[in-house]
Amino acid sequence: MIELQDICRSFVVGDETVHALDHVTLDIAKGEYISIMGASGSGKSTLLNMLGLLDEPNSGSYQFQGKELTTLSEEKRAAFRRENIGFIFQSFHLIPRLTAAGNLELPLMLMGMSPAERRKRSTKVLADLGLSDRAHHLPKQLSGGQQQRVAIARAMILKPPMLLADEPTGNLDTHSGTEVVKILEALNVSGITLVVVTHDVALGRRAHRRIRMLDGKIVQDESSRSNESAT
Amino acid sequence: MRASDNLQFSGRALTAYPMRTGLILLAMSIGVASVIILTTLGEGARQYVVGQFQMLGSHLLFVLPGRTETTGGLPPLLGTSPRDLTIDDALALKRSRSVQYVSPNVTGAAPVSYGAREREVMVFGTNNELFDAVELKILKGQFLPEADPRDAVSISVLGETLAKELFGKKHPVGEWIRVGDHRFRVIGVLSSEGQSIGMDMKDVVIIPVASAQSLFNIPSLYRIIVKARSKEALDQAEKDVIKIIRARHDGDDDVTILRQDALLKTFDGILKTLTWAVAGVAAISLIVAGILIMNVMLVSVSQRKAEIGLLKALGAPTRQVMTLFLSEALMLSLAGGLIGLALGLFSAKMVTFWIADFPVQTPMWAIGAALLVTVVTGLVFGSIPARQAAKLNPVIALSGK
Ligand SMILES: Nc1ncnc2c1ncn2[C@@H]1O[C@H](COP(=O)(O)OP(=O)(O)O)[C@@H](O)[C@H]1O
Ligand SMILES: [Mg+2]
Repeated sequence: MIELQDICRSFVVGDETVHALDHVTLDIAKGEYISIMGASGSGKSTLLNMLGLLDEPNSGSYQFQGKELTTLSEEKRAAFRRENIGFIFQSFHLIPRLTAAGNLELPLMLMGMSPAERRKRSTKVLADLGLSDRAHHLPKQLSGGQQQRVAIARAMILKPPMLLADEPTGNLDTHSGTEVVKILEALNVSGITLVVVTHDVALGRRAHRRIRMLDGKIVQDESSRSNESAT
Repeated sequence: MRASDNLQFSGRALTAYPMRTGLILLAMSIGVASVIILTTLGEGARQYVVGQFQMLGSHLLFVLPGRTETTGGLPPLLGTSPRDLTIDDALALKRSRSVQYVSPNVTGAAPVSYGAREREVMVFGTNNELFDAVELKILKGQFLPEADPRDAVSISVLGETLAKELFGKKHPVGEWIRVGDHRFRVIGVLSSEGQSIGMDMKDVVIIPVASAQSLFNIPSLYRIIVKARSKEALDQAEKDVIKIIRARHDGDDDVTILRQDALLKTFDGILKTLTWAVAGVAAISLIVAGILIMNVMLVSVSQRKAEIGLLKALGAPTRQVMTLFLSEALMLSLAGGLIGLALGLFSAKMVTFWIADFPVQTPMWAIGAALLVTVVTGLVFGSIPARQAAKLNPVIALSGK
């Protein structure tokens, strides 16, 4: 589904150039469950942002289902993100003045869906998450685990084929973290490609394919279960 | 994104910071209110002056000796200086059927005394027709009687203030006063309700025009006031005056005719310009409010970087992010504008309450212009922060750096 070829991304900080991604080549098949691990500053987030088309490489090629993406205009990149990518962040990134339902409906609102239709969808999703009684609560009135569940629901509401999570359990206690991981894994089982950046070794081990990064390079890429055949 | 959702989203962003939003609304509404109040007062002043002119009756002509350069035509040839206007010229104007009243005028200043009291006042030489031409009112006695204006009769009519100052509580009619070296019998006192024609009619002595000529030792007139039979007859009256004077002055057009409606137009124009000018000054306060909006929106953009990054991650195109922030600025300026409009109209009404006979009418153009400037302010000063938001790098925005 995804083919990264010799992707480089560097940042100039002062008079030093940091190579956040250094000739990264990576194939991802549909339905994979991948974890990305590595020391802080090794380029994990940069790689995830590259996959989600939030960032642009200095060189290299990114093909999605055979289509080159590095040459797309910002307008098309936004459309690609909307249709294909769900993002999960360490700090949830819920809008503080919107209720749980409001945050959940945000992607639907941006695409112009009617309020009634939105409400119908968000009510169902919140019920599936067991958050029906929290629909009209503001994010600050929710626990971290509840906030991250709302964020996952928001990422999934337009049913994108790929979910990118950057340290999704980083701000959560063990119990909520486990709960969130179970939701993500259930989504993967239902066919969604899942890429998780994590510091948590135990969480990283759960993935079927484990990538280790060091200084902007992929230094290890091991699969415990061969499911790449699904390509 | 739907317009209604856009409004709601931006509106909620504004109400989330009530203090900040309130301050901007205050600045914006003060700006708009001052535009409304100042233009209302300017327009009121204009209508007041126009009204005063119209009360004079709008079909007056003022005939002045000499030709002004502004009326065009060739400068007078060497040696042909303009002729003076005479009482006979004035009498000749009565031949026109479009002319109703003709009043020859001579004015000057002279000491006026009664007993030990003396004052220096304006002396106004004229005839009985002035009374009807400019609609004077009499308080006591009578105005100058109908008579041949060439006769120098020693009678006088006093302005109300002058009569009080010379006579105090005493009845002036029938008394003799001294004007310069001449003695005049007082036959009446003007009411101060009468209208002025370029002078204060409360503080004058009116005497027959021939008496004034001998008092000041001048053979000519200062001016002739002509009243046409009607507004429609005004043009014809003017033509007749020119024709008659030309015939009497050997074919020379050596008088200047001021029409009251032309004077009115001039005053009208000046006051309109003045109103525009004060409105312009007030509009500067709107620009100040606009800069305030820009600054607050810039702060808002930098505080809400994460939100902007999120919108982009969710696939909101650049244009949409820009629209969202631009609508915030527009909502701020429009809400401020509407509050200011209400405030301004209310204050204008209060002016009517305090100054009863001052015409208060907020001009429609001022309301339209104030709202237009409001919208433009929002668009112009909102577009800079909106553009800033739209071009934020989503990775940096989301990282909170
Ligand atoms: N916007 C940026 N500007 C400058 N340097 C950056 C930027 N983003 C990332 N970097 C640098 O790139 C390297 C990789 O960063 P990142 O991908 O965030 O690492 P990780 O997520 O593995 O901790 C780091 O050295 C970081 O300092
Ligand atoms: Mg990171």
